[in-house]
Amino acid sequence: MINMEVLIPMAIYLALVYGMAVYANRILSRSGNFLEEYFIGSRGMNGIMLAMTLVATYISASSFVGGPGVAYKMGLSWVLLAMIQIPTAWLTLGVLGKKFAIVARRINAVTINDFLRERYQNRTVVIIATLSLVIFFIAAMVAQFIGGARLFETATGLPYHVGLTIFAVTVVLYTTVGGFRAVVLTDVIQGIVMLLGTIALLVGIVHAGGGMTPIVQKMAAIDPGLITPFGPKNFLAKPFILSFWILVCFGVIGLPHTAVRCFGYKDSRSMHTAIVVSTCVLGVLILGMHLCGALGRAIIPGLTVGDKIMPALSLHILSPLVAGIFLAGPLAAIMSTIDSQLILASATLVRDLYLKDIRSGKKIDDQKLHRLSFYCTAILGIIVFLASLRPPDLIVWINLFAFGGMQATFLWPVVLGLYWKRANAQGALCSMLAGLGTYFSMVIWGKRFYGMHVIVPTLVISLLVFWSISLMTPKPKKQVIQIFWGK
Amino acid sequence: MTRPVEPDKRFAIANKEALFCLLLTIANFIWWYGFAYGLGSGPVEKFTYIMGLPAWFFLSCVAGFPVFAVLAWLMVRVLFTDIPLDPIDPKDKKGCRS
Repeated sequence: MINMEVLIPMAIYLALVYGMAVYANRILSRSGNFLEEYFIGSRGMNGIMLAMTLVATYISASSFVGGPGVAYKMGLSWVLLAMIQIPTAWLTLGVLGKKFAIVARRINAVTINDFLRERYQNRTVVIIATLSLVIFFIAAMVAQFIGGARLFETATGLPYHVGLTIFAVTVVLYTTVGGFRAVVLTDVIQGIVMLLGTIALLVGIVHAGGGMTPIVQKMAAIDPGLITPFGPKNFLAKPFILSFWILVCFGVIGLPHTAVRCFGYKDSRSMHTAIVVSTCVLGVLILGMHLCGALGRAIIPGLTVGDKIMPALSLHILSPLVAGIFLAGPLAAIMSTIDSQLILASATLVRDLYLKDIRSGKKIDDQKLHRLSFYCTAILGIIVFLASLRPPDLIVWINLFAFGGMQATFLWPVVLGLYWKRANAQGALCSMLAGLGTYFSMVIWGKRFYGMHVIVPTLVISLLVFWSISLMTPKPKKQVIQIFWGK
Repeated sequence: MTRPVEPDKRFAIANKEALFCLLLTIANFIWWYGFAYGLGSGPVEKFTYIMGLPAWFFLSCVAGFPVFAVLAWLMVRVLFTDIPLDPIDPKDKKGCRS
């Protein structure tokens, strides 16, 4: 059965998003510098835009579909785990910080690879970074696509494949048509929708359960583990939760799609505003969404598939119209995560690999470049769509797998490149290879390392390799130091 | 011997701010960890509750978030400096305004 009352507000929302893309595209065609405009919106983001785009990029299918789904099964312990993400806003913006922004303007960097190329002056570093980025982005996008389609399926009653198709067409269309400006503009709207929806749902749940105390007591009655920090049957032991501090908090500095936002802002005041605004928005969203999932256990106790808790709760608690708009929020979040990943992946392929490394910087006319970016985005979208046709049962782990892989590649080369003068190409190269090698082999051979997530040994090894190899090989050239540290 | 690279003063400010962000993150971690495991490690029967939620959860997550949102705001207001981000070109005075 198709649930029209939910479908219509959703459709209107998606139409609105498409309208924004067309509008943004008109601005785009008027501007002079196609590349800059397309990829980072001419560095024009103010504080609110920067905050919303960071939050919407970072909050993804795993936070909206997977996260509350696991919280449903794990209770408050999973909410505790999710709350380690509170510092991500000030951590990514602050640690990469103004230095990143100043250097990026100096070298006219548009992507993370521009940064790596100038810092390490080494083609292999850039090529490995590019390949790793595209591979893990495809994995991340597949998780997002499945999440989006699942949500669509549960909420509207349409079959999975129909949901997937509508979803995919919308995302690819508006990313290819609009570019970065469109992404940023819609991120602002999406951020607001998510925020209001989360608050409404949480209030609705507490109301439906007759207040917080009876809900928590009911959870304790189902399983006392649901209200402890360790989870049912001690599933979330301390080392595991603590290693998530690395994976979803500290390591986020090394995610290329959030890092690229960290030099796209107008001035330092925008960055200050963004730190405060995105911390607040992120906090409300993460706490709200996960708490909904955990408390939802007391409202709808019998769900076997945890991932369905958010749509189920929305339909149970909110009126269909509000539910439709609210479920458009997670869809929106997923869409904006995908589109920034799509843009970055195609930017990487077209600019970094094709233009700078295959054609070695030879000029190419803007028209041709425009077409090339367009095709590249579309083709990547189609690959992801095909890979999403047969969904696995859990998306959270695909997404976290992609997170870890990107961190293994980018975290140290970006952070050390920015703050350690001695960091050189040999160090970066070996660190990336050692990191990726450790990560892949550990993921294949076992999920945990002494109770920790495998990202911990991965980052430790890649850091040690980076440090020792850099010290054994020559210092970076003086002109590099001049650009990254000098006047 | 070549002359050492003359450092850009803006980078010193940027480094300091990055350090503040790291310190705030560590403070957040201590708060989060301390309340969660300090109060939440005992048996469920001995839990105390604040506004219906277990005290460990309320203090660690629900109260921790606004506290750190305010701290982040204070950090930005008090410790951060407004600096120009564009390249400073000696021929072009426009880039030098702060």
